[in-house]
Parts: sequence; C-alpha cells; structure tokens
Amino acid sequence: MNTFGDPALWLPFVFAGLMGLSILIYVVLDGFDLGVGVLFPFADDDEKDRMIASIGPFWDANETWLVLAVGLLLVAFPTAHGAILTALYLPVAIMLIGLILRGVAFEFRAKAPAPHKHLWNNAFFAGSLMTSLSQGFMLGMYIMGLEWNWANAGFATLTAVFLTVGYSFIGATWVIHKTDEHLQRKAVDWAKGGIWGLVLGIGLISMATPLVSARIFDKWFSWPEALLLSPLPIISGLLVVWLWWMLRRMPYMNDRWSYLPFAAATSLWVMAFGGMAYSFYPYVVPDQLTIYEAASAPESLFIILIGTLFVLPAILGYTILAYTVFRGKATDLRYD
Amino acid sequence: MMETLLLSRIQFAANISFHILFPTITIALGWVLLFFKIRYNMTRDDRWMEAYRFWVKIFALSFAMGVVSGITMSFQFGTNWPGFMETVGNIAGPLLAYEIMTAFFLEAVFLGIMLFGFSRVPNWLHTTATFLVAFGTLMSAFWIIVLNSWMHTPQGYEMRDGVAHATDWFAIIFNPSMPYRFTHMVVASFLTVSFLIAGVSAFRWLIGGRTAGVRVALKTAVFGAALLMPVQIFIGDMHGLNTKEYQPAKVAAMEGHWETGGNVPLILFALPDQEARENRFEVAIPNLASFILTHTWDGEVQGLNDFVADDGTALHPRVAPVFWSFRVMIGTGVAMLLLSWAASFMMLRRKRGVEGLPKPMLYALVAMSFSGWLATLAGWYTTEIGRQPWLVTGVMTTQQAVADVPAPMVLGTLIAYLVVYALLLGAYVYVIFYLARKMAQGKDIGTNVAPSTAAAPKAVPAE
Repeated sequence: MNTFGDPALWLPFVFAGLMGLSILIYVVLDGFDLGVGVLFPFADDDEKDRMIASIGPFWDANETWLVLAVGLLLVAFPTAHGAILTALYLPVAIMLIGLILRGVAFEFRAKAPAPHKHLWNNAFFAGSLMTSLSQGFMLGMYIMGLEWNWANAGFATLTAVFLTVGYSFIGATWVIHKTDEHLQRKAVDWAKGGIWGLVLGIGLISMATPLVSARIFDKWFSWPEALLLSPLPIISGLLVVWLWWMLRRMPYMNDRWSYLPFAAATSLWVMAFGGMAYSFYPYVVPDQLTIYEAASAPESLFIILIGTLFVLPAILGYTILAYTVFRGKATDLRYD
Repeated sequence: MMETLLLSRIQFAANISFHILFPTITIALGWVLLFFKIRYNMTRDDRWMEAYRFWVKIFALSFAMGVVSGITMSFQFGTNWPGFMETVGNIAGPLLAYEIMTAFFLEAVFLGIMLFGFSRVPNWLHTTATFLVAFGTLMSAFWIIVLNSWMHTPQGYEMRDGVAHATDWFAIIFNPSMPYRFTHMVVASFLTVSFLIAGVSAFRWLIGGRTAGVRVALKTAVFGAALLMPVQIFIGDMHGLNTKEYQPAKVAAMEGHWETGGNVPLILFALPDQEARENRFEVAIPNLASFILTHTWDGEVQGLNDFVADDGTALHPRVAPVFWSFRVMIGTGVAMLLLSWAASFMMLRRKRGVEGLPKPMLYALVAMSFSGWLATLAGWYTTEIGRQPWLVTGVMTTQQAVADVPAPMVLGTLIAYLVVYALLLGAYVYVIFYLARKMAQGKDIGTNVAPSTAAAPKAVPAE
C-alpha cells in the first residue's frame, strides 16, 4: 500500500505499544508515590513530612501518565475504552475519588491550619489506599475477562490486596533511596514486609491467566513459544532473591547503592508487565476485541503519531530534568 | 434509560462545573505569576517576589484541584458517555491526545520546579519553568476549547457508517466558534483571577497586612480588571453574533424569543413557559435585541418556534435555564465592570493608590472575590445547555451517547462526587483566606511541609 506497509495493521500495534508503555511508566512512577501514601500510618509526623517531600515535586507528573494511558485507550481504541470503563464503572469511580482525595491532600496538609493537618494526612492515606485497591481490583477483573460474578470478584479482591502491598513495596524502596538514618532503616523493614505482596501477586496472576483463557494457555505452554517466555519467570525469580538478599544487609556503608532496591523493584514490574502484555496481545478487551478491531481510523491515528514522535522525547527529556533537579535525599520542600 | 441519561448529565455537569473553577484560575494566574517574576527580575524589588510567593501557593492549590477533577472527566467519557467517542472519536481523539501531550506533561513536570525549585535551579530556569507552566495551561485551554467548539460548530468531517471521519484538520481546529470561545474564556480567566487577587488583597489590607506586596497585587488586579472588562464585553458581543449565525436556537433561548420577527425587544426579565410557549411577567426594552444582534433597530431575529419538529418535539434547548444563566452572566459582568472602574477611579484620583479606596469599596472587592467563577459558570451553562438536545450539533444527540449503566449506580456515584466536591470547595475557599490571614499577621507560610517549625517571619518592609 505504501512504504511502511498497511497502516491499518501497524498503527494499532504502535499505539498498543505506546499505551502499554504509558501504563508501565504509570505503575512504576505513581506506584511508588501511591505506595508512600499506603505506608503513611506506619510513620510518625516528622517522617510523614519527609515522605511527602520525597514525592512532592513528582506526583503530579506521575499521575499524568495515567491520563496519557487512558487517553490513548480513548483515542486509539474508542470502542474498547467504552467497553472496559463501563464494565469497571464502580472501581473506576472509587479510584477517581481516591485520586481526588490524595491529590488535594498534598496541598491542603501543608496549607491548612496545623490542627487540621492530621485530617488531611488521613485523607492522603485513604485516597492512596482507595486508588491502589481499586486499581488492583480492576487488574483482576480485566484478567478475568471483565465478567462480574462472585468468583471473579473474589479473585479481583485478592489482586487488589496484592497490588496494594506491591505498591507499598516499591514505595518503600523509593523511601530507602530518598531518605536516611532512622526513616531509611524503617523503610528497609517495610520493604521486607511488603515483598511478599509482589511475589504472591505475580504468582497468582501467573497461575490464573492461563487457566482463564485456553488461548493464553497455548501461548505459554506450547513449544517453542514457551522458550520465548521462559526468561521472564527466571529473571523475576532471580530479582526477588537478589532483592531479599540486599534488603537484609541494607543500609550499606555511606549509603551506597541505596537506589538498587528501587531499580530492582522496577525491573520486577517490567517483567510482570511484559508477561501480561505478551499474554493478552492482540486483545485489548480480553478474548473479545483485538487492537485491530477496536482501533480508530488510520488517518486519525497518524495525526496523533506525528505529534507523539516530536512530543514524547521532549516529555522524557524534561521528566529527566525534573528528577535531576530534585535528586538526592529529600529535604524540606520550600517554596523558595 | 431516561433516568440514567438525566443522572449522567447531572453527574457530568457537576464534575465539569467543579473542574472548570480551577483552570479558570490557573490559566490566567500562571501568566500573572510570570508577570510578577519578570517584574522582580527587572527591578530586583522584593515586593514583586512577595506577591509571587503568596500567589504561587494559591496556584499550586488550584492546580492540584484542577488536575484531579480533570482526571475524573477523562474517565467519565468512557464510564458514562461511550457513544461520544464511538461516534466522533476520530476527531475528539487526536485533539485530546494533543492536549495531554503538549500541555499536561509540560505543566505537571515544570510545576515541580516552579514551586520548589527557586533555590535549586538558576533564576533563569525558574522563570522559564514559570513561563512553561503558564504556556502549558494556555495550550490545554486551547485544545479542549477546540474540541468543545467543534461540538458546537462541527466542520471538516464526513460521516461513514455512522462514524465521523476527519477530512480537514485545519477546518476542524479553526471551526467557526473556536476563536470567539477561546478568547472569551481566556479573558474570563484573567478577569476571574483579577477579582480573586483584588478581593484577597483587599481582605489582607483590611485586616492590617499593608505590605508592599499586597499593594502591587491589588493595583495590578484592579487596573487589569478595569482594562479587560470592556474587551470582554466586545468579545462577548462578537461571540453572540457568531452563535446567532451557527446556533440560532441557542440565541433565541438566551433572548427568550418565541416568534421570528423584526423590531425585537430586549427582554430584561421574564419567566419563560416552555409548555405554553410564551413568557410570563415580561419586562423588555423595545427594539434593543434587534440592535444588539443585527446592529440595526428593526433587524429580524429567529424565534424558538422555528425549531420545532413536525411531530412537535422541540429541537431547541430548554428555555428557562439558558435564559437565566445568560442573565446571571451579564448581571455579574456589569457588576464587575462598575466595581473595577469605580476602584480604578478612586486609586487614580490624586494618585492616592490603595489609600484612595474607602472601606466600603474594600469590602465590596472582598465580596466579589469569586464573582469571576459565577460569571464563568453562568456563561458555560448558557452555551452548553444551549447546545441541547445535541451533543455534537447536527451529528449526535446527548441521548445517543449515554452508557447503559443502571440508574441507581449513577445516582450513588453522583452523591459521592457531590459530597467530596462540596467539602473540597469549602476547604479551598477557607484555606485561601486562612493563608491570607496568616500573611497579614506576618507569619511565614514559605514551607510546604512543616509550617509549625518554619523559620521566624521576615520583617515587613517599611513603607
């Protein structure tokens, strides 16, 4: 058809890739700041301030990846957007209220009169918890094919708990990196306490996914496709062992390697996410609607793609700038 | 299904009404902050930085409120209005995508540097960050108003199998109502911010916080409002003429005219009765509506009765809400014009500045702190309710887009949103005046983390 082949074939694939990338960046970046919120009750008042300081300059941009992810679903796969979000009406509403509460609590807890501060701290915790739980629930329902029944809701409840613990784990590794002394040691303990959520979560989803769908079962256990998939569980296993080994010895002398747990946790997310993407491709609504069936008109996608090619590198560039400006241990956030 | 439609509409209206309050502030406040920052860079005069430091906190708070309520809407397209994207997704999609990519990330990333980076980055980078945040909010307003305007006056598309396909992106972006709606909204934002700054500064002045920073903020705001009000009236008039051309049914509802004809009076007060198709208790000025809408005294204006289908169903919006929203907007605008001119006159007379404002004038400014919100909301209600029964004029009705979600579920989430929004709105207004009071008492509000343990307040500069 033209130099690049049929755009009706490669454009949906490119957009599914972009959407997947946005979701992955979102669950890592907002994952750590949601996790910090979930860990709030375990910290005292001064520690809460430092934990907020460690995520303050970043949380807003982190959440924007969710807007981009749902935006790409909306613009590139409009029919899937409607099907998925109407099926997940209630958990989405709970997540949105959670996001509202925690987003404004950032500002209010610093600006409201001191006696009200603990109220906003609670709102921050509650919002983070609601958001994490509902996202985990949606993940579970999605894996189960968006069918509402007791068994699926039960499974989704489990994934809700595990994802929340998983977020608190990656949040703890962020706090290890961004703080020192007592709070850092506490965060090491939190990370040790939270790693099981990640392991059980990934394990549960890995067991359930092929059982729900014969198609995915074939994809996993037929030769030689199984060979393609095999590095994922092996590397994930090694990462978990390494994390555990590292956390038992942290913090190291002179705070060396404090970023490693976060980096390892991020790699673990990437593995888990890669496995899911591999399993569900080419479906955007599991076993009902493929990305090719759900895609918008090629000319509309093309217009977006051109913009993306220019804008995405810029976004990555200034995101890196922001993380560089606010690198190092978190200090009190001052407006001057 | 009818109940789900009505509840979904109320829910979306509640969400978007709550949301638009905050962009209305941040769109213009970003530029006002940039103005303060540039004035500081030029003069190295601390009063500009004092004004910057206070208002950047209000900006941060408003921005957070805007972000979280905006996320809610991007999801509600899918949860409540799947038909919208299924039918016009090929046009709405790229516009929304460009908003996210060119605006949201720019704002969100540089906001961190703007808020917390002053002592961490070189001054030029901090000023640049302020500019990029202001620019990002304006871009965001641009793209979303392009989409909104396209829904009012669609062009540059063709329908294939019931789905809109883009044929001319230039025509889509520069659709007929976009330039008017965009400038009208941006100026509305500057007016809203002017009255907010004037009101809060007057409040600080009244309770004794008579610093140089309050003085410059109050002056900038009042003079800005006085200059912009006539501009806004002019743009509003142009926007109205544009609406008359492309959406005559909306203008007929705004004016409360049932019959087409010339020598049309301007109705000041009436109770429109949709069933009887007439106005009760009408008070009107002869021929003035003809003059405003056609710029001739006897010009012909289309009436609502022209927009009724053969089977009697109305193809125009419900009249009363449009009619009244429009009057609330105009009334608030007139009050804003009079107040800003009176205050400017008092400050300019014998060059007395802020001292020239008597107490009742300062109280009036405080009372009008949120007048911009009222006028903006009333204006949006006029134009959005005025588009009904269409969601995209001539392409699809609102009813065609709604999701088949059980009504009780929509009611449940609606109540939850309303409770959260009411609490947050209360907290927002309360915190603004709390911060203002704290500043007036000379307390430091510089830290974002632990106000109680912050350093001792700086000495207030002498007059």
